[in-house]
Formats: sequence, structure tokens, C-alpha cells
Amino acid sequence: MRTRLPLSLLGVALALLWLVPLAWAIDTSIKPEGETTRVPVTWIPDVFTLDAYRGVFAAGDLPMWLFNSAIVAGGVTVLTLAAASLAAYGFSRLDFPGKNWLFALVLAGIMVPPQALIVPLFHQMQTLGLVDTYWGMILPQLAAPVMVFILKKFFDGIPREYEQAAELDGASRLRMFWSVVLPMSRPVLAAVGVFTFVTAWNNFLWPFIVVSDPDLMTVPVGLGTVQSSYGLRYAEIMASTVIGGLPLVVVYAFLQRHVIRGVGDAGLKG
Amino acid sequence: MAVDTVRAPVELTAPARRTRSWAGLWFALPFLLIYVVFMIWPILAGLWSSLFNTSLAGGDVEFLGLSNYAEMARDGAVWDSLWNTVWFTILSTPPLVLVGLGMALLAHRARRTGWLLRFSFFMPFLLPVTVVALIWLWIYQSDFGLLNAAVAWFGGDPVAWINDERTAMWAVVICTLWWTVGFNFLLYLAALQGIPRELHEAAAVDGATPAQRLWRITLPLLRRTTGLILVLQLIASLKIFDQVYLLNEGNAGPITRPLIQYVYEQGFTSYRIGYASAISYLLFLIIILVAFAQFKIFPAGRDD
Repeated sequence: MRTRLPLSLLGVALALLWLVPLAWAIDTSIKPEGETTRVPVTWIPDVFTLDAYRGVFAAGDLPMWLFNSAIVAGGVTVLTLAAASLAAYGFSRLDFPGKNWLFALVLAGIMVPPQALIVPLFHQMQTLGLVDTYWGMILPQLAAPVMVFILKKFFDGIPREYEQAAELDGASRLRMFWSVVLPMSRPVLAAVGVFTFVTAWNNFLWPFIVVSDPDLMTVPVGLGTVQSSYGLRYAEIMASTVIGGLPLVVVYAFLQRHVIRGVGDAGLKG
Repeated sequence: MAVDTVRAPVELTAPARRTRSWAGLWFALPFLLIYVVFMIWPILAGLWSSLFNTSLAGGDVEFLGLSNYAEMARDGAVWDSLWNTVWFTILSTPPLVLVGLGMALLAHRARRTGWLLRFSFFMPFLLPVTVVALIWLWIYQSDFGLLNAAVAWFGGDPVAWINDERTAMWAVVICTLWWTVGFNFLLYLAALQGIPRELHEAAAVDGATPAQRLWRITLPLLRRTTGLILVLQLIASLKIFDQVYLLNEGNAGPITRPLIQYVYEQGFTSYRIGYASAISYLLFLIIILVAFAQFKIFPAGRDD
């Protein structure tokens, strides 16, 4: 019991230390530009202003990048859930020629580092005419074999009796998948969905390579260009990082438990 | 009638038995198509083009055999950037594992402050890397940055954190630690929550101090999780590119430039697809070896 108080204080101190960079970014963003470069630094601004945010919104790029991120991350999540759960069901429940061989091929892909494929993948995107398109950003991110593996493992654990009952009612395979297995798999679908969304929302490297049209940039790629376009206007740079980083942090603040479980469950296996 | 009631169940359950048919392939087909086109094919195409002098700019393609690989072996920049990647991995892995463990131990025992700890430790992991890099660029800024303000407060001289070769790699490591330790924290926290409370209660009844319970019960039970985190972390660190590229605003120079950035430069600045692919396979090979080592050291995680 004697160790309880000092360790609690240590925990809180570390938590506050971990908040400093973000707090400093927010603090900078509500100062007038002149005050951001003052020495010594001030934590409490002399003048509180939202000018930096007005400036960022007036420039107009950030809302568009948020929109693009939502399209890409949303598209990747929905399509990954659809394609991976269908495949996982096929591998879990049905027997077809070449199945074991194909599943081994999928498993092998779990070890492949996508970063090592950027060059041939880009070359292929040129051939397919997908450079500078939403599909060019979305499609390669759907090749996530680990999600098939996670979902198959979960489906394997669902007793077959439920489907046999549905079969007695004349349900087709697709029907059994859709109305029996999927509803019973909500926790794992949520985990895979959360993990996929977070990863896709924050993905920098691939969208950065495949998109150069500013109108198609996602938040991580677009923000990479502000350093040069805003020059030394630190308040505006920090305002754009706050807006760009906010969406997932707010979701996390409200749905902490779900996000933790999603990232933990799917990430552990990925 | 009687015959029907006997036969009916047999007939109806027959398809539920495993019968070979093409139906399963239809389920797997959408994923397999994407997987083959966007993962398997690029792997093979990359291997193929590493044997040629293919250029993104087009032009005649000439078969080179293994000379891209021979050039790679002689190219000092390849080995320098590989060393930067490895050095980053060596410097970043211990703090990323140990700080994650410490955070999880603190958050697991916290009661009223648990929410704050979980929020603040994991929150940076949810920020896009660009946001992280911009915030740290501002903190490391040599004239008006927060870090040099702290240094000055202690009476030190300002440091050019990112451009000074003595601090450049540490700047990347600290930024990465802040950004990604939350993931390891989360995995450790989940593992801690899986340890039965009774174990601790029984040990406490037997008079074990909190320190003894930590060393004798908690840490040994976390060994498997630590092995897993270690491998995931090694693989993640070997793939480093984003934060280095962004912290250096695209021109990392040789001090911190990681291997992927060299691949990127060869492929997209010099347009040498063949040569860039050859270098990619070096990294590919290293990561596959680490992943295989995992299976050797931590054999088949049956209960994961």
C-alpha cells in the first residue's frame, strides 16, 4: 500500500509529459503569429486568437483533404471487411479445388512488407492507369491477408449447428454467411474494421507515392506540403496539425474501449 | 410418411457435409483477385524488373542479369542507409518495449486516473505521421522550439537537433517513441488484464510484497507477449521511412536516410525501377528472416 501513492503520481506525471507535444501544438495554434517566435517561450498566450484556424480554413485545402481521407479510409474499411470476410468464410466452411494451396499463399502474404513493394506497385499503377485516382490509393490497401486469417480463425470457432439450422430452412450459403455467421461475428468485425480504418486513415507512404494531384491528397499527404506553403507561420502550421489530427483523437476519447479492443485484437495478429 | 421423416434430415443435411464444389472459390475470389493483382504480381514483377534496366521514364529495356545486384553490393549508399535503418532499430526497440511495459504496469494499477493514462499514452498512435512530424519539427526548432527553451532554462546552449549528426538519429527515435509506444502499451495492457487476479491475491496472502509479485508473477507471465511485441517492433522499425523523410523535409541527407528512402529516391527521383527493386529485395529478405526467426524462437502461437 505504501507504494500506491508515489506510483500513481509517476503515472500521472508520465501521462502529462506525454500530452506536452500535443498541448504545445494547441497552445501555439491559438497565439498570434508574432507571439509564436518569442523567446523565452510563453505557455499562456498574451493574446488568445483563432486567426490561425481562420487562415487555415480560408486556404481551403484541409476540408478537402479530410474529405479525401474519409473516402479512402472508409472505402478501404468497407471493402476490406467485405472481401476478407467472404474469403474467410470460403476458407473456413467450404471445400474447393486448390483450397489448401491458396490458403497457404494467403498466409505467406502476412510476412510481406508492403513498403518493399512501392516501386513495382507504382509501375503497375501506371500500366493500369490508376495513378492519381481514389482507386489507386484504395485497391492496394485491400490486399491485407492478415485480416482473412483473423476472420477465418474466428469463423472456425463458430459451431456449424447454427448454419445447419438455417439450411433446414432452405438458406443458401450466401444467406447463411450473411444472416447467421456475420451477425455472430460482430466483435471481430468491429476489431478488424477499427484497425483497418486507423491504418488507412493514417497511411502516408502509399497515397504519397500514388497521388500528386493536390485535389486528391489525403490528410497525411496534404499536411506534408504545408511546411513549405505556410513557411514560418507556426501558428497556422500547428492549427492545421490540430485539425488534421483531431478526428481520430476525438473518436478515441469517446469510444476508448472499442478503439483499444479493435487495435489490440487485430494488431496483435497483424 | 414414416419413411419420409426418417430420410428427410439426412437429405437436408447432406450439403452441410463437406462436399467439394467450386462455391467456396466464389467466396474467396474477390479477395484473391485483389491479392494476386496488388501483392503477388508486384512481388514477381519487381523481381523480374530487377534483372533489367527498366526506367520509370520509359525507353528501351535491356536485360542486365544480376548486375543490379552487383551494383548494389558496391554501392556505399545502400550499406549506409541499411546501417541507418539497423541503427535506428537498435536504438528504438529497447525504449519502445520497456516504456510500453512501464506504461502498461502504471495504467493497469491506476484506478481513478486510468482513463487519463490510457488516453494520453495511446493517443499519439492515432495521429497521422505528418501531424507527428510537424509537431516535433516545431519542438526541435533551433531558435524558438520548446526543447531548446528547456535546454536554455537549464543553462545550456541551443542544439540543432535534426541537423546535428550527433543528435539527428536520437531526434527520430524520441519522436517515434512518443508516436508509437502506445501500441506496445496496449498489447501489454491487454496481457496484464488477462492475468487472473487470484494469482496476485494468493501471493499477497502468502506475504509476497508488490515488488516480489511483479518479478515472480507478472513479468514471467508476460514473457510470451514480450516476444511477440519484440518481433512486431523489429519488423516495424526495419520498415522506417515516413517520419525520417518528413522530419528532414524530404532531404534527409546521409545522416539518417533509411533504406526505404534510398529505394524511394532511386525509383522516383532517378526513375531506376530495376535498381530500386533490387534494393527492395534486400529489405524484403531481412524482414522475412526476422519473421522466420520468430517461428524458430517462439514456436507456433497456438493460443493467440
